[in-house]
Amino acid sequence: MDNFIIAGKTYSSRLLVGTGKYRDFAETRAAVDASGAEIITVAIRRTNLGQNPGEPNLLDVLPPSQYTLLPNTAGCYTVDDAVRTLRLARELLDGHSLVKLEVLGDPKTLYPNVVETLKAAEILIKEGFQVMVYTSDDPIAAKQLEEIGCIAIMPLASLIGSGMGILNPWNLQIIIENATVPVIVDAGVGTASDAAIAMELGCDGVLMNTAIAAAQNPVLMASAMKKAVEAGREAYLAGRMAKKLYSASPSSPVSGTIASSKGKAS
Amino acid sequence: MIQLIINGQPQRFPLPDQARPPKSDQHDAMLNITQLLAHMALQGKRIAIERNGEIVPRSKYDEQVLTDGDKLEIVVAVGGG
Repeated sequence: MDNFIIAGKTYSSRLLVGTGKYRDFAETRAAVDASGAEIITVAIRRTNLGQNPGEPNLLDVLPPSQYTLLPNTAGCYTVDDAVRTLRLARELLDGHSLVKLEVLGDPKTLYPNVVETLKAAEILIKEGFQVMVYTSDDPIAAKQLEEIGCIAIMPLASLIGSGMGILNPWNLQIIIENATVPVIVDAGVGTASDAAIAMELGCDGVLMNTAIAAAQNPVLMASAMKKAVEAGREAYLAGRMAKKLYSASPSSPVSGTIASSKGKAS
Repeated sequence: MIQLIINGQPQRFPLPDQARPPKSDQHDAMLNITQLLAHMALQGKRIAIERNGEIVPRSKYDEQVLTDGDKLEIVVAVGGG
């Protein structure tokens, strides 16, 4: 069995999806269902004061009993904000300790601040959190995050929300080679082929939000991503043929052709 | 009245006992978190609360008595990536 294990729990889907940027909760739910994802990210935000008491809650649409919810620290630029956000998340989700840590460095690019990320991860791990960590594609930073106890390393493929795809497959390959915990590409995937490439590189999973939510038809794209992640994983396991400029060995038999010439135009 | 900073906004809330005349000076009117949530129509909602930087476990809502100037963060889960 090709098991995908996160924090001791086995999952059948290697696609993790976010729940932001959808038109409404119905679309969010339909896209999540079409993606087949079992781990889904949520953000933690201040409640609207004086909100409509009947307003639907995301957790009613995506109940924690059916999905593994992965609260994130999106929008946090300091260690303190990130740590406090996840403490609140743990309380909100009844002691659930699996979290996605990201400490951003810059509101324009949303590039991670790896130095602050390391500090926040250390605090959270000491407090018993199981930290899946968003980071740059720097192999040294990835290794350090693993060494301090992060349970999954989630490097970007390109910037959050950019849809630019896998910009540095070589760095990802080094990170994957060095890691003894799951490596999940988080951010940058734009379309199905990007997800397949990430999986073919040997990533253990792919996390995405905008690629699905910002598609013209998010539900159909969610289904495409499900297949791409599965196809990429199978291709990785199957082991691809070597690349060569040309082959002297055609797929069809070389003898028994009715042609009299040997490939030469007469 | 008691003033609280909720999600960064100053808000004033009446104390539950204030309608009645106080029996003695020692018997100050008090507002706990359960009563505050009732005021805000948030009781029973999936929320989490931080008070002055510390998490308040749901089981402690009744016993946590609010003080003037307390800073509260009340959060929910929303869509995010």
